[in-house]
Amino acid sequence: MTTAETSSPTAIDIESLGFDAGAHLLVKHALAALSDGEPLRVTGRSPGWQAQLADWCRAQGHALAWEDDAHGAARVTRGSAEAGRWRDAARTGHADPRAPGAVLPQADPAWGLAARGARVEAGSPAFAFRLDRREEVWADNAAELYAQAVSAQWDPETALDWDVEFTHPPEVEAAIRQVMTYMVENENAALLVPARFLGQIHPHYRELQAALAIQVADEARHIDVFTRRIRAGGGEPALSTAGGQASLKSLLDEPDFSVAGFLLSVLGEGTFVNLLHFLAAHAPDPLTRQIAKLAARDEARHVALGMSHLLHRLQGEPALRGRLAQAVEQRHDSLAGTAGLNEEVFDALILIGAGSLAPEAVRQGFERVQQLMREMADGRFTRLLRLGFARGEAERLSALHTRNFM
Amino acid sequence: MSQPQPLLLGAVAYAPKVVTIWEGFKSYLGERGFAMDYILYSNYETQVEAQFEGDIAFAWNSPLAWVRADRMARARGQAVQSLVMRDTDQDLQSVLVVKADSPVQSLADLKGKVVGFGAIDSPQATLIPLDHLQHEGGLAPGKDYEVRRFDVLGGKHGDHIGGERDAAVALLAGEVAASWMIAGNHRAFAKEGTLPAGGTRVLATTGLYDHCTMTVSPGVDAEASRRFAELLLAMDWNDAQVRPLLELEGLRQWRPGRANGFRLLERAATEQGFYDDRGNIVADGYRY
Repeated sequence: MTTAETSSPTAIDIESLGFDAGAHLLVKHALAALSDGEPLRVTGRSPGWQAQLADWCRAQGHALAWEDDAHGAARVTRGSAEAGRWRDAARTGHADPRAPGAVLPQADPAWGLAARGARVEAGSPAFAFRLDRREEVWADNAAELYAQAVSAQWDPETALDWDVEFTHPPEVEAAIRQVMTYMVENENAALLVPARFLGQIHPHYRELQAALAIQVADEARHIDVFTRRIRAGGGEPALSTAGGQASLKSLLDEPDFSVAGFLLSVLGEGTFVNLLHFLAAHAPDPLTRQIAKLAARDEARHVALGMSHLLHRLQGEPALRGRLAQAVEQRHDSLAGTAGLNEEVFDALILIGAGSLAPEAVRQGFERVQQLMREMADGRFTRLLRLGFARGEAERLSALHTRNFM
Repeated sequence: MSQPQPLLLGAVAYAPKVVTIWEGFKSYLGERGFAMDYILYSNYETQVEAQFEGDIAFAWNSPLAWVRADRMARARGQAVQSLVMRDTDQDLQSVLVVKADSPVQSLADLKGKVVGFGAIDSPQATLIPLDHLQHEGGLAPGKDYEVRRFDVLGGKHGDHIGGERDAAVALLAGEVAASWMIAGNHRAFAKEGTLPAGGTRVLATTGLYDHCTMTVSPGVDAEASRRFAELLLAMDWNDAQVRPLLELEGLRQWRPGRANGFRLLERAATEQGFYDDRGNIVADGYRY
């Protein structure tokens, strides 16, 4: 392609390129560089290029005239169709979340699936994203937490030694099996709660979308390795109680993103981190200890995301604190009639802490589980303080948290 | 309040999208106080005949259907009117395509060769191309070259592009030496990958001709026609609510109709014996 700059109109020669081989691209780009009404002189030498050019111009709404009867050169003037299409297009913030006006307070349903920062043609279909307000979902460090999660992903095949031999007594293995069964159940809830909100979040808030998506992937991996750990001991998953499931169901039933995040991540997963640390310290075999260590690292990120979102939202909406407290109370009341923590799980934890059924070992295991409970309560208390709850209120709410841990 | 009696518009159902298109126009017009409803026909011949039985006030006609309606009207001492056309319906051209490396360099080189055409009733891929070879190349079908027709859906007047695509495929397969298609389809077939980019060469280009037109049946109230045309001509591409309908129907804007873009087709229909001068169908082997 050659472009000539003279007093005569801007000209391009499409040479022997036909419109069945992309010649329109040359004309399109040359036209885009011209101001409104300015003609573009087009010449070519592919056989029949004139009819092809005329057809393309007609389809695009561009005006076409021939300089002479021999149709040796065309003059094309840009039509208004392209400009018309984008005239009322929506501006949708910016890709860089730190730029001013990047992440807008309200995302329009008609922005749909467009990349944040793209121009969206008017008349695009409206998508029903229930969570379309920044305050409902945003966390300032979501992008950083996502990046951390990406670099901290681990492959169960290489990060864990599955060939390790178990030398602990069968009753301790049974305890591990029970705790793993319980953890799979909990992680199913931890996967589904963010997954359900994920489909409702407007893609404009993509950093949150990404952080939740990788959180879901983390939980899928945990469910997989916990299950494989059960099978490594040669057994099937153990017991699942009605009370445990009732406690988890109340998490899935919570429709508010912030409240659900508070219950699941801040209180539940926060508590879960303590449990994983307990297993990392006291599990009888190196495989289980390593699984617990890796999973705890992931869970800590989930807690951080939940905390970050709540801190952001509470800044603009302090009244949310009251709703969070109410949610803990309601959950406590609705679960009052259930057994709470599976007795089998509690006993399994003692046995893991003990390492054997010797009386002195059991005493020590029991003390360790008591210590675990204190650490769980302290952790909840500390996080509630950080969220701005008064000391008394934080203590009371921490105590009301479900006995099922999660 | 009783609903106003709608004016009926005929259209040929050459593809499922036709329903979406005319539903869209029906509501666009209805919202502006113009009651229109539509009747779908399976072929243009029955639709044109319906224009003379008082069944429909308007017909969205192919160029060949226009030629027939015009002849039928004249034979009856009546008149039909070309009311509005799409901007994409005016000054079209068809191209005769050969393989890029074909030894055929001119129309004269087609002597004794097989040439691919579209459906028997396709203005752009059969009737006007036959006319072009006759008048510009001095080539008579069946005598100077062999006609290979790719007939798809008779009575649709070539609206279904399947015949042109089949002809293009036959060209690549070496079954025909050259194939006709409307210029837009040459680009479309390259875009969809049917034709390799730059793998074909345009051997000939027809003269300019017009395509579809909104045809007013004889005796329709002039004020109603005027209002109908006015509403269509006012459709604005810049309006995001209207644009999808225009895109679906393949236009940027409506233009006032005209009847002087059908000369090539009129000559072709007469000389090739498709319709007689009263609009009777005289073509051999035409099934619809």
